[in-house]
Amino acid sequence: MSDLLLQVRAGAMAASLAALSVVGPSSAGAAVAGTTEAPSLAPYFSAIDATPKAPDADGFLQRWLLLEPIVKPNRSNTGFTGTYVREALTTQYFPSQFKGVPRDGQAVSAAGAPLRWHALDTTLFDVKLFNFAQSLSKPTYGVIFWAVTVVNSPREISNVRLAVGSNSASIWWVNGKEAAGLFGDRRMVMDDVVSAPLTLHKGKNIVRGAVINGPGLSDFCVRFIDEDGHPIRDIALDLR
Amino acid sequence: MRHLVFAMTCASLALLSAAPAGAQLAGEPYIHDPSTIAQSDGKYYTFGTGRGGLVSDDGWTWHAGGERPGGGVAPDVIKIGDRYYVAYAVGGGGMNGGHASNVKIMWTKSLDPKSPDFGYHDVGVVASSNGVEDCDAIDPAFLYADGRLWLSYGTYFGYIRMVELDPKSGERLSGNQPVDVAIDMEATALLYRDGYYYLLGTHGTCCDGPNSSYNIRVGRSRTPTGPYLDNMGIPLLKGGGKLVVAGRGRVFGPGHFGLIDLGDGMQKYSMHYEADMDRSARSVLGIQPLLWKDNWPLGGDNVGSGTYEIQSARSGGALELAVDFVRMPIDRRGGFFGPPPGSVSPVAMQTLAQDSAAWPAGPIDVDLADYMIRPHQQWTVTPAAGAGGYFGSPYFKIVIAGTDRALAATADRKVVAVPAFTGADEQLWRIDQLIDGTYRITPKASLGSKTPLALVAIGASTPVLAKFDPASDAARWEFKTP
Repeated sequence: MSDLLLQVRAGAMAASLAALSVVGPSSAGAAVAGTTEAPSLAPYFSAIDATPKAPDADGFLQRWLLLEPIVKPNRSNTGFTGTYVREALTTQYFPSQFKGVPRDGQAVSAAGAPLRWHALDTTLFDVKLFNFAQSLSKPTYGVIFWAVTVVNSPREISNVRLAVGSNSASIWWVNGKEAAGLFGDRRMVMDDVVSAPLTLHKGKNIVRGAVINGPGLSDFCVRFIDEDGHPIRDIALDLR
Repeated sequence: MRHLVFAMTCASLALLSAAPAGAQLAGEPYIHDPSTIAQSDGKYYTFGTGRGGLVSDDGWTWHAGGERPGGGVAPDVIKIGDRYYVAYAVGGGGMNGGHASNVKIMWTKSLDPKSPDFGYHDVGVVASSNGVEDCDAIDPAFLYADGRLWLSYGTYFGYIRMVELDPKSGERLSGNQPVDVAIDMEATALLYRDGYYYLLGTHGTCCDGPNSSYNIRVGRSRTPTGPYLDNMGIPLLKGGGKLVVAGRGRVFGPGHFGLIDLGDGMQKYSMHYEADMDRSARSVLGIQPLLWKDNWPLGGDNVGSGTYEIQSARSGGALELAVDFVRMPIDRRGGFFGPPPGSVSPVAMQTLAQDSAAWPAGPIDVDLADYMIRPHQQWTVTPAAGAGGYFGSPYFKIVIAGTDRALAATADRKVVAVPAFTGADEQLWRIDQLIDGTYRITPKASLGSKTPLALVAIGASTPVLAKFDPASDAARWEFKTP
């Protein structure tokens, strides 16, 4: 059985960045313990520091600015056609949506709701958007997430490709140009969609993405790969 | 373990139940999330989401039946010793029900409600999810290998997890902790073969009829707790998974794999299709051949209706009527070698009338010979209407193309072609795909044998009906386009 029917969690409650209940592994004989307490960000995210962050061993980008989710109800993901997703993810929800780099903690008004950007490092290869929203007591289903990171390259690197996996559909831009689109009811698999060759400039490169999901466990993973499919690792991420 | 080992018997008689044209099973095979098929008291059982299940005498015709208390979703069944263990999940499964769930175990010594051994005994909860953690403890699947009992569970909500159970009691081993083995997968199943553990599961969307994109994927590992990798080396924990089978033809969204090991190099698997377009696009049980290629499981295919050369894997010889060879004219203008001196034009193939002019009226012996693209070597294979079937495949009639002259078994275990198809058991054939992709051809008639007889090339040119040897090419056949 799968998650099919959407029941959007109504009412984003007050965000709680404090460490709450860290959930341990399920244990034999444990009774079902449904809880309404928001879990901590800690298993999947940590606060950033001033040191630029290198990609992980496989080249995955693990430092991101994430915007609290924009509510966009979708009962099923089967409607995520290219046309629908492109319309949904290129709609202007907030100022500077397609330019610049937001600041950690910056608030925007998107689709009539006050939302905040969060600068976070991820502990895994993927960015667990569902857990991000859940930990902030924000809607987890029927949502759009925006993500931005800054890739600092020590030199110009040509013929690299952006390799993306996302749950569910998403669109990704590198230095303001669309690089990859993932349409349909996507599940996340590394290197699902790979961009045409592009060039990372020496210095700052902005990677921007938007992920839309209905009844699914939103996440994404992003890395750059070279002509041979090997990860680009001699880059560093900061959010300035 | 969605793994069922059945001994083939001659007692499996097909029930004559109507099936829609082109259907892959007969009866009323309506089910979602079927368990591994289990054999009990001479019948086959599978249980799905909800309380009930399906029962069959032959694996072809299925009716509602069986009793499984406890409700919940997506059970699995495994027989260990004299117990049938049943795992099922209560709770979870989605937003409306949340993701807090328990996987429970119970056992019975018979699945037949009429048996004195029937009666479920509760073992209790062996795994759970609390509704917040990245796991939804539903869709359990057993694996019993090397004396150890494993259970995978989970869905798209977070991780697929593996725990170890005590095969003597069905309880979780003391101190055992769940291990994450995959993401973005559900309806898992486990296999063990030749030193590899296989984790299968579905990707895609379920429960949306012909809009469902469910498909079955697999990764493998040398240890039951992973890491499981696909054919590209992508971990299932990073979304990998090699395709086993997807929707095709008039059925959409296969999911919930369950192994059916029929022995003798023949394996099939059960699943549900999210939508069978011949049955109002409802969710139904499906059974198909399972192949193995480079140590990967792969969905096979029943032979489709059509006209074929039936080629022996032993000799390459074509199954044919043992009739006089009729020559075709050749162009000898200017000698045979080199270009012809005049115009060039297409030449007609030999017709059935030309080939059959001298055929005897009665039964004709059948032998094997070089394939010469002649009508007496080309067989039309079609499901025999109303004749039943066996584990996912109907009984077929096999006739010389363009005629009613039918391949038939004889009492002395030879094969002949009789003048007309009558529907007798001697003229009905099981055609089962083997794990290497070739086919075994078996008459429905037992011909007095306690074990099924198969079409076997006992010589390079001599086919008879004999005991099937899975280690030999003598009983393997290929259906080639003519």
